[in-house]
Amino acid sequence: MLTRRLIYAAILIFAVLILNFLLIHLAPGDPAEVIAGEMGGATEEVMASIRKSYGLDRPLHEQLGVYLGKTLQGDFGQSFFYNASVTSLVLDRIGPTLLLVTAALLFAIGMGTLLGVIASRNPRGIVSNVVTVLSLIGYSAPIFWTGIMLIILLAWVFPIFPISNMRDITLQGGTFTHILDVAHHLVLPAFTLGIVFLAQYSRLTRASMLEVLGSDYIRTARAKGVPERTVFGKHALRNAILPVVTIAGLQFGSIVSGAVLVETVFNWPGLGTLAFQSILARDYPTVLGILFFSSLIVIIMNIVTDILYRIVDPRIRTSD
Amino acid sequence: MADTSNLHGNDLPGAEHPIAEAWRMFRRNYAAMFGLLLLSVLVVVTLIGPLVYNVDPFEIVWAPLTPPGEEATAPLGTDYLGRDILAGLIHGGIATLAVGLAAALITVTIGLTVGALAGFYLGVVDDILMRFTEFFQVLPALMFAMVLVTLFSSSLVVVAIAIGVVSWPPTARLARAEFLRIRNLEYVAAARSVGAKNRRIIWRVILPNALPPLIVSATLTIGTAILFEAGLSFLGLSDPNTYSWGYMIGSGRDNILDAWWAVTLPGGMIFITVLAVSLIGDGLNDAFNPKLRER
Repeated sequence: MLTRRLIYAAILIFAVLILNFLLIHLAPGDPAEVIAGEMGGATEEVMASIRKSYGLDRPLHEQLGVYLGKTLQGDFGQSFFYNASVTSLVLDRIGPTLLLVTAALLFAIGMGTLLGVIASRNPRGIVSNVVTVLSLIGYSAPIFWTGIMLIILLAWVFPIFPISNMRDITLQGGTFTHILDVAHHLVLPAFTLGIVFLAQYSRLTRASMLEVLGSDYIRTARAKGVPERTVFGKHALRNAILPVVTIAGLQFGSIVSGAVLVETVFNWPGLGTLAFQSILARDYPTVLGILFFSSLIVIIMNIVTDILYRIVDPRIRTSD
Repeated sequence: MADTSNLHGNDLPGAEHPIAEAWRMFRRNYAAMFGLLLLSVLVVVTLIGPLVYNVDPFEIVWAPLTPPGEEATAPLGTDYLGRDILAGLIHGGIATLAVGLAAALITVTIGLTVGALAGFYLGVVDDILMRFTEFFQVLPALMFAMVLVTLFSSSLVVVAIAIGVVSWPPTARLARAEFLRIRNLEYVAAARSVGAKNRRIIWRVILPNALPPLIVSATLTIGTAILFEAGLSFLGLSDPNTYSWGYMIGSGRDNILDAWWAVTLPGGMIFITVLAVSLIGDGLNDAFNPKLRER
């Protein structure tokens, strides 16, 4: 089953590469210009070398072959704006994005399930209403707007957290001080990104808990005298969390999308700010490279969810 | 109006038209009615406001970065060029709402077509279309839309198309699930047995019955499309020639801490709009699903 997943992932990766190739050719203008990037000050010499190395004078299917060959070896071209290879640029920035996305996800899933469970204990109580209101706000507020509001409130009016960036470059001290510093910078961006999903997960957990709590085996558990805490935390939650895992797995794409905006607001040095800067610079190779690598993140995360799902739900494990 | 008169007006005694019933449920829902009121006010302000307050939003009216409440010429302050924020809020709504609506329409059209075909024909058609859908779900939507807008152009039309092209997969999945569920029901078999063609079954038999969840999802899609447009604008990718809330956000972004009002006010308008749309969507969902009402 996992092998099948991996083969499927490989096909998806190919598909993203083919999409990239199509985009280069569908864009108005000379493909060589797209590959060079508009602001690269591409000289005739550079253009000629690009035409040659990408085989742009040959038939389209051969060009695709050349493109796939290059990209599969990790060559996504050269960013003339940054004067570096796209792959090295992206690899430099992928770490901070993964850190932000993971922190936001853990926060959203952890807090979301907790709030959802508390809300399900009393469907008309205060926590329940808070969950409903929170999910409406999380759903309706533009994510960058939430970020800006949090900056104004918690970094400017009450300067508790830093306004932007990932670390304080003037900071002296050992590794631990630096880790703490990054964590301090991480709080607001991760909270901003997490709150959108926290809202959905808490609502989802609440709904699925209410459904599970009405089922027969819960009544049985209660009837045989299992303590309420165990009924909620063990019997019900294990089943109620399955839809949350499924939805979280489907949403990696939108989490990465949200990260682009959050990174731009907080000047977080990840793929999102890189995408933003290279778009302003019309640095097409970098933009397309980022599209590929961010899709790759989603593909990998989907496989991880699959594995997680197997751990959470034994029924799937045994049915293979 | 639909309350009791229907009970007597219908052929079947006691039966209420489903739409009348949904409207009756919707009207009882305070949150949903509040959303409807909010949206109506916004639409009226957006459509009639520009006639009443006819200051050109592109025109420089006062000193740059004037805070709200300091100058009567620009009651809500000015942006970094000295343009009137209030004029921007009033004039910028049309473009934002239009892009949101257009993008939602494109999203629903693509999603419904893909989902309906996959759920109705199943087999190879389903396999191909669903693999295609999964492929689109792998691409981070905003990144993909950014690439499309950058490579092609940032006119409002391209922005709307780009949003539609990247956000249809959830609609397709929903439509597929509904078609899959309904195609096996008895009334579809009945329609088939009296010789109805596939086309007729899809359009006239299944689609009307699949509509309620699709209407809810379409409503919520308008909200996400507006948010999407706002996000693209915040990144500076909206149409620079049309004044929209998104454009205000994009142009005010660099001065967030000097002029918080230039970004937070249009952002707040977008928040209110999407909130109204979400409340209506939730209300419709409850109205169409009597089973969920108890939650």
